[in-house]
Amino acid sequence: MIPEIGQFALILAFCFAIVQGTLPLIGVWKNQTGLYNLAVPAARAQFVFIIISFICLDYAFYANDFSVLYVASNSNSHLPLAFRLAALWGGHEGSMLLWVTILGVWTMAVTLFAKTLPDSFRIRLISVMGMVSIGFLAFIIFTSNPFERLIPAALDGRDLNPLLQDPGMVFHPPVLYMGYVGFSVAFAFAIAALLDGRLDNAWARWTRPWTTAAWVFLTLGIAFGSKWAYYELGWGGWWFWDAVENASFMPWLVGTALMHSLAVTEKRDAFKVWTVLLSISAFSLSLLGTFLVRSGVLTSVHAFATDPGRGLFILLYLVIVIGGALLLFALRAPTVGLGEKFDVVSRESMLLANNVVLVAAAGSVLLGTLYPLLMDSLGAGKISVGPPYFDAVFVAIMAPGLFLMGLGPLARWKKTSLPEIGTRLRVAAVISVLTALLVPFAMGKITLMSAVGVFMGIWVVSTTLILLINRIKSRQVTTPNLLENIKGIPLAFYGMLLAHFGIGVFILGVTLVKGYESEQDLRMEVNDVAKVGALSFKFEGAKEIAGPNYTSSQGKFVVTSNTKEIAILHPEKRFYPVQGSVMTEADIEAGVFKDMYVSLGEPLENGAWSVRIYIKPFVQWIWAGCILMALGGILALMDRRYRIANKRLTKETQDVQEAFDA
Amino acid sequence: MKARHKRFGLIAVGMILLIIAVVLITKSFKSNLVFFFTPTQVESGEAPKSGSFRIGGLVENGSIKRLPDGLRVQFRVTDTAKTMDVVYKGILPDLFKEGKGVVAEGEFNQDGLFVADQVLAKHDENYMPPEAAAALEAAKKAKMKEGAM
Repeated sequence: MIPEIGQFALILAFCFAIVQGTLPLIGVWKNQTGLYNLAVPAARAQFVFIIISFICLDYAFYANDFSVLYVASNSNSHLPLAFRLAALWGGHEGSMLLWVTILGVWTMAVTLFAKTLPDSFRIRLISVMGMVSIGFLAFIIFTSNPFERLIPAALDGRDLNPLLQDPGMVFHPPVLYMGYVGFSVAFAFAIAALLDGRLDNAWARWTRPWTTAAWVFLTLGIAFGSKWAYYELGWGGWWFWDAVENASFMPWLVGTALMHSLAVTEKRDAFKVWTVLLSISAFSLSLLGTFLVRSGVLTSVHAFATDPGRGLFILLYLVIVIGGALLLFALRAPTVGLGEKFDVVSRESMLLANNVVLVAAAGSVLLGTLYPLLMDSLGAGKISVGPPYFDAVFVAIMAPGLFLMGLGPLARWKKTSLPEIGTRLRVAAVISVLTALLVPFAMGKITLMSAVGVFMGIWVVSTTLILLINRIKSRQVTTPNLLENIKGIPLAFYGMLLAHFGIGVFILGVTLVKGYESEQDLRMEVNDVAKVGALSFKFEGAKEIAGPNYTSSQGKFVVTSNTKEIAILHPEKRFYPVQGSVMTEADIEAGVFKDMYVSLGEPLENGAWSVRIYIKPFVQWIWAGCILMALGGILALMDRRYRIANKRLTKETQDVQEAFDA
Repeated sequence: MKARHKRFGLIAVGMILLIIAVVLITKSFKSNLVFFFTPTQVESGEAPKSGSFRIGGLVENGSIKRLPDGLRVQFRVTDTAKTMDVVYKGILPDLFKEGKGVVAEGEFNQDGLFVADQVLAKHDENYMPPEAAAALEAAKKAKMKEGAM
C-alpha cells in the first residue's frame, strides 16, 4: 500500500509541476492575477507530494519491503539502518527521486525567502523552476519508477553495493545534488530575467546569495566525494580526471566564474549578458553531468548500473532545456546593453580574466570528457583521454589565473594602477619565491612543478593576508580601535578572503602530495618489516572478524619511527556474501603533515599478504582547502549588511515600479 | 597612449595568448589520446607496438595466476574469439573476477607481453565497461559473418 501511495504522490507532484510550470507564465503574460497567484501554492503542493513520495520509498527501505523491486535490488535485511535509509539513492531510480526532491527543496526555499522580489519576476522564477521539475518528474514516472513491484516478493534483497556501504554514502550524494540542482535557481533567475527584460544590478544582487549557496554545496559535495574515493577505492588517489568527476567539476568551474561575474554585474552593472550566459551554462553542465553519469555512455571508476534508453530521454530533455534557454538568450540578450565602461587595467578586467581562465579550464575539461563520446558515436573507434592531458592543460590554464588572484582583489573598480598594486604585493612576491625555493629543498627533491606549485599556493595565501592587513590599515583613520575596525569589515569580505585562502591551502596540498608521495607494493609475511623513508611498518598478521553483513580479514600493522611506536593500522579485506563481492578497506593514519595509508591486496601462502603502503604528505590540506572555500561562501551568505541592502534595494525598485505603474 | 590603441593592444595580446593556449591544448590532447583495441585487433597487429593503449573483454575463466614474486598477476583477456595475456603489478580492483568484464591500459614490453598499469573492472554486478561490451559485440558479429560464409 505504502509504495502505491508514494507513486500516486509522485504523479500528483507531476500534475502540480505542470500547473506551476505553465499557468503562472501565461498569467504574467496575459496579466491575469488568478493564474499567476497559482505559482506559489502549486510549487508548495508539488514539494509536499514529492516529500511524501520520498518518505514512502525510504519507508520501504526501512521496513525491508522486498516486494518493491528497487528495494530488493539495493538493500538487504542485514544492512545497517543508516545505510538502508541512504540506499534510497544507491541506484538509478532513487538517485533521480533524490534529484527531484532537492529541486523541490530549492523551489520551496525560493517561495519562502525570495518574497522581496517584484511579483512578476518572482512568479516567472518559480514557474521556470516548475518547468525544470516537469522534465525530471516525467523522466522518473515514465522511465524509472522506483515503486515498481516485484511479484512474487524477494525473500531478501540483493544488498547495497558494498562500495557504497560507507558513511560517505549518507552525505556525499545529497550534498553534491544540492550543489548541482542549486544552479537551477541561478538558471531560473537568468531565464526569468530574459523573459522579464530586467537585467540590472538589483537582479544580480538577488541572484548572488542563491548562486553562492549552490556553490558551497557543490564544493563540499565534490570534496566529500574525493575524500571518499581516497579511502574507499583503496588505491589512494583523490582525483582521477574520471568522466564522472569531471561532470561535477565543470559546473563548479563555471559556477565559480558566475559568482565573480555576478559581483561585477552587481557593483558595476557590467558583464550582464555574460553573467546570464554563465547562469545558463552552469545549470546546463549540471544537466550534462546527470546525463553522463546516468546514461552509461562512459567508462568510469564510479559508474554504476545504467540504462541507455533512459540516456536518450535525458539527452532529449537536455536539448530542450539548453536549446530553449539559448534560443531565448539569443532573442533577448541584444536588448540588454553593455553596462558601464572600464579601463584595461581595473578590477573589472581582472575579473574578466578570472572568468576567461575558469571558462577555458571548464572548456578543456569538457573537450577531454566529451571527445571520446563524440568519436565513438561517429564510429571512429573507442578512445580515452589520459589524465596527463588534464593535468598539463589544467595547470597551464589555471596558473595565470591564480597569479591574477593575488592582484585582483587589490585592484580598484574602473581604473587602477599596476605599479601601486606591485608595491603593495612586494612582500608577498618575496615570501612566495623564497618558500618556492626552500620547501622543495626541505622535502628532499626539487622539481619545477613543485616549485611552481608552492609559489602559487604561498602567493595566494600571502596576498590574501596582505589584502586583509591593507583593509584594516586603510580603515584605521576612521576607526582607530582595532577590534571595532576588524568587526566593522563586512562578512562578505572575510568570506572572499577565506575562500581564496582555501584555494591556496588546496594548491599546497595538491603540489606536495603530487610531488612527494611514495608508494610501495610489497609481499609481506607475518612479522616482516617494511621501511618507507624513516618509518617502519611491521605486519603482525591478519585475523578473521565478522561484521553485520560481511566477514573480514583484518591485518595489523605497527608503525614505528625511530623505535617509537606511532600508529597501529588495521586494513581489511571484506567479503560480502550477498553479492559475493570483495572490498578493500584501507586504514589511514591521517595527519597534518602526512597520511600513512595501508591497504591489503590478496592473501598469499602461509599467512603472507600482498600489501600496498603509501605515504601521502599534506594530502589532508586538499580537503581542508575545500572546506575553507565552502566556509568562505557561508560567511559571504551571512553578510548582514548585504541582506539589509538587498531589502532596501528591493523596496526602492518596487517604489520606482509603483510610481511608474501609477 | 589613446584608449583606442590600448584596447587594440589588449585585443592583440588576448588573441596571441588564445592561439598559444589552443596550440598547447591540442598538442597535449593529441599526445594523451589512448586508443582502444579488442584482443582480435591486437592479434591482427592493429595495436601500436610501443606506447600505451587500452584493451578490453572478459577475464578468461581459470586464467588468473599469481607470478612467483607474489605481486604480479597474469591473466588472459578474451573477446570470445581471441585471447591475450596481460600482466599487472599491484592490487587489482575489488570487482576484478574471472568471467567478468575488464578494461586494462598499458603497453607491450620488450618480450611482446602486454603489461597493464591500470585495470578497470566494473563497479557493480550489472555494469560492464562499454569498451568491454563493444569488444564482445565485435567478436560476435565477426563470428556470425564467418558462419554465414
